[in-house]
Amino acid sequence: MSDTLIHKFNTILIGAAFSPNLKNNIFEAMRMVDFFDCRLNIVHVGEKTDEKENTIKKLISGFSEDDDEKVKVIWKEGDPVEVIIDTAKENSADLIMLGAIPREDFLKFYIGSIARKITRRAHCSVLLLIKPSEDLRPCNHIVVNGIKDEKTKRTILDSFEVAQNLGAQQLTIVEEISHQEVKVIVEDDKSLLKDTLIKEQLAKEEDQRVQHILDDVPRDLKTGILIKTQSIFGKRGYSIGHYAKVVAADLLIMNAPEKTTFLDRIFPHDLEYILSELPTDVLIMR
Amino acid sequence: MEKTRNKTTGFISQLPKNIFSGFVVSLIALPLGLGLALASEAPPISGIIAAVVGGIIVSIFGGSNVTITGPGNGLVVVLLGAITTLANGDLYQGYVLTLAAIICAGGLMIIIGQLRLGILSDFFPSSAIQGMLAAIGIGIFAKQFHVMLANTSIKGDTISLLTDIPGSISQLFKPEHNEIVIAAIVGILSLLIMFFYGKIRNKYFQLVPAPMWIVLLVIGLSYYYEIFSNSEYPINASLLVQIPDNVLSNFPTPDFSQVLDIKFIGVVLAITLISSIESLLSIKAVDKLDPMKRRSNVNKDLTALGLASIASGFVGGLNVVTVIARSSVNVNNGGSNRSANFFHSVFLILFVVLFQDQLKRIPLTALAAILVYTGYKLSAPKNLKDVAKIGKEQLLIFFATVIGTITTNLITGIIIGILATLLIHFVMNKSVLFFIRNLFKPNVLMFKEGENGNYFVSVKNFSSFLNFFRLKRKLDTIPENQDAIVDFSLCDFVDYTVQESLLGYQETFKRKGGSFEITGLDIHGTSSEHPLAVRSLIPFSKKINIGSKSPFTKRQTDLQHIAADFSWKYESKKNENTVNLNTFVFFKIKKINYQNNTICDPAKVFRVSDVEFSEGEFIARTQVRSTILTINLKQEIPKFTLDREGLLEFVYKFAGFKDITIDGHPDFSKRFFLLGENPEKIKLLFTNELVLFFESNPYYHIECNGNTLLLMRKERLASIKEIKALLDYGTRLENIISKAQYEEILLKSPKIKS
Repeated sequence: MSDTLIHKFNTILIGAAFSPNLKNNIFEAMRMVDFFDCRLNIVHVGEKTDEKENTIKKLISGFSEDDDEKVKVIWKEGDPVEVIIDTAKENSADLIMLGAIPREDFLKFYIGSIARKITRRAHCSVLLLIKPSEDLRPCNHIVVNGIKDEKTKRTILDSFEVAQNLGAQQLTIVEEISHQEVKVIVEDDKSLLKDTLIKEQLAKEEDQRVQHILDDVPRDLKTGILIKTQSIFGKRGYSIGHYAKVVAADLLIMNAPEKTTFLDRIFPHDLEYILSELPTDVLIMR
Repeated sequence: MEKTRNKTTGFISQLPKNIFSGFVVSLIALPLGLGLALASEAPPISGIIAAVVGGIIVSIFGGSNVTITGPGNGLVVVLLGAITTLANGDLYQGYVLTLAAIICAGGLMIIIGQLRLGILSDFFPSSAIQGMLAAIGIGIFAKQFHVMLANTSIKGDTISLLTDIPGSISQLFKPEHNEIVIAAIVGILSLLIMFFYGKIRNKYFQLVPAPMWIVLLVIGLSYYYEIFSNSEYPINASLLVQIPDNVLSNFPTPDFSQVLDIKFIGVVLAITLISSIESLLSIKAVDKLDPMKRRSNVNKDLTALGLASIASGFVGGLNVVTVIARSSVNVNNGGSNRSANFFHSVFLILFVVLFQDQLKRIPLTALAAILVYTGYKLSAPKNLKDVAKIGKEQLLIFFATVIGTITTNLITGIIIGILATLLIHFVMNKSVLFFIRNLFKPNVLMFKEGENGNYFVSVKNFSSFLNFFRLKRKLDTIPENQDAIVDFSLCDFVDYTVQESLLGYQETFKRKGGSFEITGLDIHGTSSEHPLAVRSLIPFSKKINIGSKSPFTKRQTDLQHIAADFSWKYESKKNENTVNLNTFVFFKIKKINYQNNTICDPAKVFRVSDVEFSEGEFIARTQVRSTILTINLKQEIPKFTLDREGLLEFVYKFAGFKDITIDGHPDFSKRFFLLGENPEKIKLLFTNELVLFFESNPYYHIECNGNTLLLMRKERLASIKEIKALLDYGTRLENIISKAQYEEILLKSPKIKS
């Protein structure tokens, strides 16, 4: 059963830009390192100066005393996107952490263009944080996508590992049923009945499929976590974000997208929707 | 079987009403068909053919209920242009070429219907539609008022027709126009019959509708002159309904020779566009008039209209559209299903073939009076008042559409209305980008909640006529006998069109046994005191009413009613003093922002309220609004929490709570997480009766801080139905707990004694 082998984060990579968010970003990353018991690579794109080095050293001081191997600071110059992606590959990092920026009012978050590019092209998982903070925020409720896709099983298995490490209490697996799948346009009472029946059938099928995957999740990973499944009706990729917001989830875990092309940005789908309006922290699994 | 039989008997029992309504409509359709055809420079009978063919085909294949089909007002301009220009002035040749264009346009309409593009009709703002209806009403009124005063020769646009009304009146007093005075008097009396018909409460008189009275009276009058009176019928033949003698004999053949001509294609496209839009608008407008509020299948209707236009074109008729004026007459006269449309055609044939002589006795002035009244009804000042109440901006949209429609035409008018609405939305939100950025986002999420099967619909960003079709598409898939909750908490802007449509849904759900609740609107600011006023989270004016000053939403009014039913107190204001809640462990890691919509009993034992709280230091992350019930207990009982999900287990354990198993109730212990500081005391509190109560009732999250119980269902606002259930549950629970006489048990218990 190589299938059920749980994939674990061993090296986390974070890009450090000297913005007001630096401290919070690094604190978030260090907490993740704590949760997952792994190594941290801090990559700074740009010139290495003593001042900058000291700032970073100070931030990580309380953390890396016992083990020098755990935190590595990498200084490199070049295009931020290329540098981060390449460094991640070189150091075989398996998670890149990125911070989002609030826009318009303080209720909506968008991801900047650099982070977007990294998200699309990274070889490993990406964690997008909507508001990195200095203090610990408990992660109680995780929402995971359960769409019909070969990657979904992997994602669900991994999210249990993540849920255990973060100490989450509830995990909801969301199956998105799109309008196209139902194939009925409700025009009158007859088509309404047909639509309702088909939707019930689809929701049942989706639920069974997810239950099947859940059966394969090792028992010890499931303990202490309330598992729920929920069928939602809406646009694939977008509605799951909406749902995460409605139920006030703390983390949304999604499959990695297929390779995106220029056209995908014009006609956004799945992940592009999430990137355009982050509902909560988002973890993209690869 | 039962259902089919019910349907059939229902259909049969309603048949007389529909036959009658079809008859009345046919009386109006007859002169209108002739008139519209004449106005298009087509042979007069082509209008009647369109009405006959349209009525028969659309009533069989159509998808709407009370609409009437036939030649349309909006198309006169297009058809006139086509007939006069396609053959360079040869009217007959132009007519047969136009017939071919009508057939091609019918084909295109079938395609539109089959591709289900009828959803286009949801892109029109409510106030603009109301403006358009009013403008049509004014148009009918302006023209027919002159005809009613026996001035049939008058021409011009709506505004000049309106300003000419005094002229037509003064003309009656000139001696040289004596011969038309009687006809004008017949017209005015007919109008008075229309107006005062409703006031006369005599059941025999009411058996026959006003238009029918008019027809009967005027035909009676002409027979009086023929049989009893020596003098001649005082109304000139030119003021009587005229029907050609050789009706339905020779049909023209459509000429397809110019099919590939650019000019011809332009005409086809114009006819298709205008007849589709006119029909869609009419169907949407008539659906609002339908006393049974049924749902029209617009795609099926468009297909049927296309079929009818093709058939009509082949036998020399104009194209067929759904017509608002005749449809509204149909509704006013009791038409309740498609058979009225069918009978209107049948009567048209009968009239033209059998009663030519009698019909020729009806003065045009009497028929015009009926139309004047119809026009008045459509543009009634009452509609204007209703629109004005909702907000000044709606009035602006309304007038922009009315003036646009009167001065140009129906299509331009509605476009002006749409643009005005857009502009006002932009100004209100002080942002164009906000709309552009969110326009193409699928902003509606729907899911069925697991435990109680509610349909929960959440709307994000903004909701206006621009993207209402997304919400509508979801709402249309909810069976009306179910419970639906539409939440606008995440939505920054909700316009009048959406709110009005939702109100329609609410009525439909109510009638069919379900419930449809709208939540999350009460935190928005509004533009007026009206319950349907545009609501926005983004402040749009200095005079904005926020929070407590906003007029009540439907939910708030319902809460008020609940409070009144119990003779409790309702308070909508936001209360930021929430100290009493902070003692609950549930709120320990949450920051309570405020409490509002509170219902409280006189003894202050029960208190239902909406609480907004946030977790963590950053509000946007998990800002939640939830409905809670608190119960002040008469005696102190141990602190505990009862939860089915153990969701907050860690927080409670933090607070020193322990897992408790109630002996002898394994099922209860399996289903619920019961935690508390003092297991022994709690075990005593959970008597068999209480355990049974929890087992046999719906689940709520319950927490006790010693003196007060906190009950809640979900981390979202509860619907009215849910609040009623919560109150019922709470009162019963309080009853059991206060009855338990906990102190006594405590004393009797040997364990505690020793």
